[in-house]
Amino acid sequence: MISPLTEPTRIHRRVEQLMGMPVSLALRGRHARGPAAEAAWAEVVTDLRWVDRVFSLWRPDSAASRLRRGELELDGCPPEMTEVLELAQQAERESGGAFSSFLPPDDGDVAFDPTGVVKGWAVERAARFLHALDDTDFCLSAGGDMVCRVVRGDSPAWQVGIEDPRDPRRLVARVPVRDGAVATSGAAHRGPHVVDARTGRPPLGVGSVTVIGPSLTWADIDATAAYAQGPAAADWLRTRPGRTGLVAWDDGRCELVEGPVAST
Amino acid sequence: MTPGTRLVTGLLSTITVVVLLFGYHTSTAGALQSSTSILGSPQAGTTPQTDTGTGGSGSGDSNGSGDTGSSNGSGSSNGSGDSSGSGSSSGSGSSGTVTGPEVQTRWGPVQVEITVQDGKITDVAVPVYPYNNPRDVQINDYALPILVQETLDQQSAQIDMISGATVTSVGYVQSLQAALDEAGL
Repeated sequence: MISPLTEPTRIHRRVEQLMGMPVSLALRGRHARGPAAEAAWAEVVTDLRWVDRVFSLWRPDSAASRLRRGELELDGCPPEMTEVLELAQQAERESGGAFSSFLPPDDGDVAFDPTGVVKGWAVERAARFLHALDDTDFCLSAGGDMVCRVVRGDSPAWQVGIEDPRDPRRLVARVPVRDGAVATSGAAHRGPHVVDARTGRPPLGVGSVTVIGPSLTWADIDATAAYAQGPAAADWLRTRPGRTGLVAWDDGRCELVEGPVAST
Repeated sequence: MTPGTRLVTGLLSTITVVVLLFGYHTSTAGALQSSTSILGSPQAGTTPQTDTGTGGSGSGDSNGSGDTGSSNGSGSSNGSGDSSGSGSSSGSGSSGTVTGPEVQTRWGPVQVEITVQDGKITDVAVPVYPYNNPRDVQINDYALPILVQETLDQQSAQIDMISGATVTSVGYVQSLQAALDEAGL
């Protein structure tokens, strides 16, 4: 059998397919393994499955789908729907309309699509179960967007590799994160799936945008909103308080971006 | 090689991972499409590659289009690779430890070892996992990214997680599947 796992930096990993993507957890420290870790991970999984059941537009019976079809009013949805709706409205305002969750579906009516905001929000929310593991560092990643936390003073930061959008076998950067979130938006892997809501067109010139900040909800939103703006990605990100980031341009240049110091 | 990492994974969740890779209908994103990019990529300059998934170049073809929601992960790759380098197979699904072949991922090899008792998995360990052995200087929160140019298949890639990829589990799952196959489970 394998030797006992007593080294403090030993990382224990779990992975599950949730919300249509691999969700990976890395733990190290006191509860990296054992019943407490299993229980916390089970709660994360259960929570994300619940989010999927409520918010997925690929489930016809989800609250989001029924809301979109007009079969359900907002007050008939779980209260989290309102929370996500308000996030989406705020994201649209703050991106000058580049990021929109209210694009018209086929019939021309404006309808709410929570997809763009729900992922980061859900993962940040699910990470609350991991905060409860005392003396344990965690990194919870959903399809490459993650919440990282280091609670032990002698632990190193989590090292997050930023993928090269032009070659997924390469990194363009590494980010050490002790307590915060990292999210990347781009066309790599999934092909064009983000458009500038103002033009309806995929952004030009930018390969990917990575945002590092205190909240995965907003790192995820900002990464998508910046990416959608194409050539203006870095300039917009530079206005965002408390965020830092990386814009990988199509021509291979990488631009580091630091927003103003957050006031709160 | 980096020291081993154990995944303390229950039987149910272990099997769930495998099943989902091959049959999960994507509900919010087409993540599994991306697996093609690693499994189909030659890994230049690394140790001899142990090829799994001879049934096809990875799972989840990439004909979906992301958020259209129609994609699924029903690829046909089954991890039936040659298991060069694998050891200590205890035979057909009774008891013992089975080591799957090393699977090359973009950021290093992954190998899975499962312990079987009475035909049931009692433990899953990952003796080879390309995780970081961190020795970098501690840096403040929200540090700017440190620009690097390194390939993920270099062992020098000292990283814990990848941002930008949606494939973090694929190498692991492939490796696990191969170990399961070898164990006859």
